[in-house]
Amino acid sequence: MTAALAKSTAHSIVEASPRAKTVAGSLVILYAVITILPLVWIVATAFKSQSDAIAYPPKVIFEPTLEGYVNLFTVRTRQTPDFIAKLPPPQTWYDKLVRQRDMVIAGPSKVVPRFVNSLIIGFGSTFLAVFLGTLAAYAFSRFRIPLADDLLFFILSTRMMPPVAVAIPIYLMYRQLNLTDTRLGMILLYTAVNVSLAVWLLKGFIDEIPREYEEAALVDGYTRLQALRKVVLPQAVTGIAATAIFCLIFSWNEYAFAVLLTSGEAQTMPPFIPFIIGEGGQDWPAVAAATTLFVVPIVLFTVLLRKHLLRGITFGAVRK
Amino acid sequence: MAQIRVESLRKSFDQFAAVQGSNFTIDDGAFFAMLGPSGCGKTTTLRMIAGLELPTEGKILLDNEDVTFQRASARDIAFVFQLFALYPHMNVAENIGFPLKCQGMARRDIYQRVQETAKLLRIEHLLSNKTSKLSGGDRQRVALGRAMVRRPKAFLMDEPLGALDAEFRHLMCSELRDLHDRIGATTVYVTHDQLEAMSMADRIAVMNEGRVEQIGLPQEIYDRPASMFVADFIGSPPMNFLRFEAGLRSGDRTISFHDTSIAVPEIREDRASAGMALGVRPEHIRFADAAPVRGEVFGAEYLGTTQIVTVDTAHGRIAARLPSSAPVRIGERVGLEFRSERLALFDVASGLAIRTANEGSANHG
Repeated sequence: MTAALAKSTAHSIVEASPRAKTVAGSLVILYAVITILPLVWIVATAFKSQSDAIAYPPKVIFEPTLEGYVNLFTVRTRQTPDFIAKLPPPQTWYDKLVRQRDMVIAGPSKVVPRFVNSLIIGFGSTFLAVFLGTLAAYAFSRFRIPLADDLLFFILSTRMMPPVAVAIPIYLMYRQLNLTDTRLGMILLYTAVNVSLAVWLLKGFIDEIPREYEEAALVDGYTRLQALRKVVLPQAVTGIAATAIFCLIFSWNEYAFAVLLTSGEAQTMPPFIPFIIGEGGQDWPAVAAATTLFVVPIVLFTVLLRKHLLRGITFGAVRK
Repeated sequence: MAQIRVESLRKSFDQFAAVQGSNFTIDDGAFFAMLGPSGCGKTTTLRMIAGLELPTEGKILLDNEDVTFQRASARDIAFVFQLFALYPHMNVAENIGFPLKCQGMARRDIYQRVQETAKLLRIEHLLSNKTSKLSGGDRQRVALGRAMVRRPKAFLMDEPLGALDAEFRHLMCSELRDLHDRIGATTVYVTHDQLEAMSMADRIAVMNEGRVEQIGLPQEIYDRPASMFVADFIGSPPMNFLRFEAGLRSGDRTISFHDTSIAVPEIREDRASAGMALGVRPEHIRFADAAPVRGEVFGAEYLGTTQIVTVDTAHGRIAARLPSSAPVRIGERVGLEFRSERLALFDVASGLAIRTANEGSANHG
């Protein structure tokens, strides 16, 4: 009797069995490999030589070289061996590397200004979208706003079609306003797209924070804005971090509008990377190097905020 | 410390009138309870006094100064919330010191005041703790500390014990009252729990559907309810109502109740024949074989020293509180005798009490 009882209660209903854990673990590992592999391939390609990069069958083991990175950051011209021989000895390791290919460095490439554009536009629009989104979400969450539900639906509806669907009208508008190929124009555009997402996400987070906190602060001597800043925001950090990451990922990766609206001054990385041309076509190691560098800020940003991110994404999913 | 006066205060949300013309004065240093079922407007009234809601009409005076439309922070009152509303990103000392920080007080002075307050509440050992790690009672104490530290004109408390378990509630009741006696601040206390209100308050306002039904001492409200609502809401089990139809004459000491007559306190007003109700508290009923009101015992609830016996009569089911030693058999036919000097009379149509010698000074809301 006791043995039978012990057997029947030996397993827990809520805890997974060892076999289930193994299966779940394998699935996670498999998924991780599938998602990480392309990234690893890109990072590796950046260190390959031109010929190794396009070798078939693909080379897994190769001699690493920084040629891709050098090509990414420089503009080079081909010279005759005689000309190169007459030059003074190379000053730097990358001069040397380039001369081995019968070329000389003519100057820096445009990758740095493009990268700076991406940083300014990406983080600028993220900041604006989260800032505006927080204020709007707070208002929707706390005040009795006439037609609040309709307004919220209207805000959401701006995301119901793909943004590219309005590309032509926006292009024409931007041309009229002289906003094409400006950082300001791109920041405004990405902010406009992101702010609806930000309002909805943040409203959910702020709804979860009991009003009593601000009311206590109001009674204790704060104004509404002070209460928002000192009492509500610290508790909404999780939601703000999660929202910021979503906004940044969108504006950082956005390609279609960037191609359409930027070509020079304000060009961001996504339209720049595919057109890194070497001799005789695409310079794949340089493209891979650019892609690797392009991923770094997002990874850094996510790692810095990851403490908040996991809670942020699951927060509010379960009502207490 | 301050006197709080509320004059014909009204508040409507869209179509719904949450508070309909309240008038009352809370004396300086009083412990005033607002009691009523949920949705009766007691919390809305409190929030208007605090400045968290603006009234649709009416006036709120703090020490004779009109604060009706002043910002909450300008009123110098403290509010204790049901869920305590302790800031989760601050520790206990920071929570208590927060109102002083809002006022821009120097850090050293804040430290000193926080220490004093913590001492008064006996929570000095908790000052560096996180609020999330505290027990319900300690959270309550911290919330009180945050309210007290500023030495405000008045404390407003919105069901501050509602989130505690029963055992703790009892302890906090006596602690709160003790604290009030020591610092003597005007306190407005909102609750739906009659025991809390009865045991702590100097005066109670019973509210229903946005109206103040009665204001008075706890004893007045219990013994001389101004309306059938108050009589029914206060007391557990509530007052029994026996319906009858008759006219009343000032000076009478009996009423004609159906075919018989029942002694009541001397009636002080004349009434034409109409639907009336005789109000009897369960503890004012005794079994007596000769009594005219008779019925059959339906059931008995044993409560230790007393028992609640329900009796089915021709006038409805009546609850009586008897000593538990009294022998009671279910199905037995018994006569019910009432303590005549403690009976109440109500006009059923208006629900209001009829003035009798028992009623004394109890006023209508």
